Amino acid sequence: MLMKYSEIEPEEGSESLPENFIPDADTVLFANRVEKTYGNGTRALDEVRLRIQRGDFVSLLGPSGCGKSTLLKMYAGLESPSHGHLRWLGTDTPAKSGLKIAMVFQEATLMPWANVATNVRLPLDLAGVPRAEADARVAKALEPVGLGAYGKAYPRELSGGMQMRASIARALVTEPDVLLMDEPFGALDEFTRNKLDADLRALWAERAQKLTVVFVTHSIYEAVYLSSRVVMMAARPGRIVADVAIPEPVRDDHFRLSDSFADHCRDLSARLLSASGGDAAH
Amino acid sequence: MENIAKKPLLQNPAVVKIVAPLIVGALLLTIWQVLCIAWKVPIYLVPKPTDIIATLWTDGPGLLRALGVTLKITFLAFFVAVVLGVVAAFLFVQNKLIETSLFPYAILLQVTPVVAIAPLIIIWVKNPTAALVFCATLVALFPIISNTVLGLRSVNPGLLNLFRLNGATRWQTLVRLRIPSALPYFFGGLRISSGLALIGAVVAEFVAGTGGTGAGLAYEILQAGFQINIPRLFAALVLISITGVLLFSMMAWLAKISLSHWHESEMG
Repeated sequence: MLMKYSEIEPEEGSESLPENFIPDADTVLFANRVEKTYGNGTRALDEVRLRIQRGDFVSLLGPSGCGKSTLLKMYAGLESPSHGHLRWLGTDTPAKSGLKIAMVFQEATLMPWANVATNVRLPLDLAGVPRAEADARVAKALEPVGLGAYGKAYPRELSGGMQMRASIARALVTEPDVLLMDEPFGALDEFTRNKLDADLRALWAERAQKLTVVFVTHSIYEAVYLSSRVVMMAARPGRIVADVAIPEPVRDDHFRLSDSFADHCRDLSARLLSASGGDAAH
Repeated sequence: MENIAKKPLLQNPAVVKIVAPLIVGALLLTIWQVLCIAWKVPIYLVPKPTDIIATLWTDGPGLLRALGVTLKITFLAFFVAVVLGVVAAFLFVQNKLIETSLFPYAILLQVTPVVAIAPLIIIWVKNPTAALVFCATLVALFPIISNTVLGLRSVNPGLLNLFRLNGATRWQTLVRLRIPSALPYFFGGLRISSGLALIGAVVAEFVAGTGGTGAGLAYEILQAGFQINIPRLFAALVLISITGVLLFSMMAWLAKISLSHWHESEMG
């Protein structure tokens, strides 16, 4: 008997998730009353409860210090909560769930001593994929990010935007079920960033219903443009303050200029303002 | 290419890099030569550069044989230092307890002057070559350890997370991430250590004072000093300096061919 997410009522204490809880097959990632307190007493996350469904494009939007990156790292299995549970397809570790999770970091984090193709091949090499098959998959992954001709180039020979594209190709080469992105385009100029946002959205749309993306950003515009759902967080302590669907089906340059885009941005800005008590400057 | 050809030769950075120090060297040697002649400095105090060159020519075979002995000590010590240093570094980064327990003693090795412990080692180790290699190794070891440890530690944390996320084994992380990250630091250690191995070898020879057919350059310098054969002393000195420079250049070249395709320090 499956228990639906809606049936789980928050209880006092951190053990609110019943032992027999099995999220439905569409709940890929699940965080239940997750808290993170650092040694110095900083509460990075406070009772965060977030369910992410298969095929969704969810943005975690918020100011610095709201714990959005911490939550992302928890979903990646790179950090564990001080209290509360995380579930991957109902299991308690990413490995048990069988989910393939890929991550793109704030910086491209490419190995400077290896060329682009070798960098992109890394996840396959680590998984022991035979060389010939791996090379074919690398070529297939470089094409859609526009780096088909740059396999032999070294990272330092590429612009920041191209390095980020290589990083995305490396994440997608394993055909992941979940793609976690931690402010991936934060260091890029606005034009490059808009282009990469559009390309990312297209890459996700191609894998419709299969690829789940969790995208951390502090840009309202980027969140509205990219996501089907924006989860807004606030700092001190890090918590979720709003969960907004962006139902627009078409995302292109026209969408950026449309009234509905502006409305969504305004709505989110207003929520951010009220959540931080009118003190949005922080 | 045409642009370069049209430029005056001295504006070409590659030419300047070689020519400028050569001009300074020639200038200093000329001043030295002129002052020696002008003030009639006796050869047993300061020989003229021409005297030194003449001595290098006449005493060349004997000095080169001595240089060979010193070089043998240097290379053996350098080799042992690299092997031991790298092994120690790998041990240190594998386990914090090992590092905490042993690192103070590595520092102890570094700060103890080799001149102070060389007499003991020469008494304890029967084979003179082994004793000298031991001393020179002690001098050359520390930079290899400390640089390699630093290198193995200075891994990009993002890449480390990426490896973790992809379920990399300890071995995969070591071979594919830690070792390549450590290489620039390791080569830095090699450069310092190669010079120190030579210094260690010469200092150890001084203390040991071993003569006979197995005598190194340090013994030649000591003998030349006793005999007030100052040109020969200078000639030996010149050989040691040239050897040091060559060793350093070799290590720099090794770093360049290994790293130039990716590391900033070796580009251009």
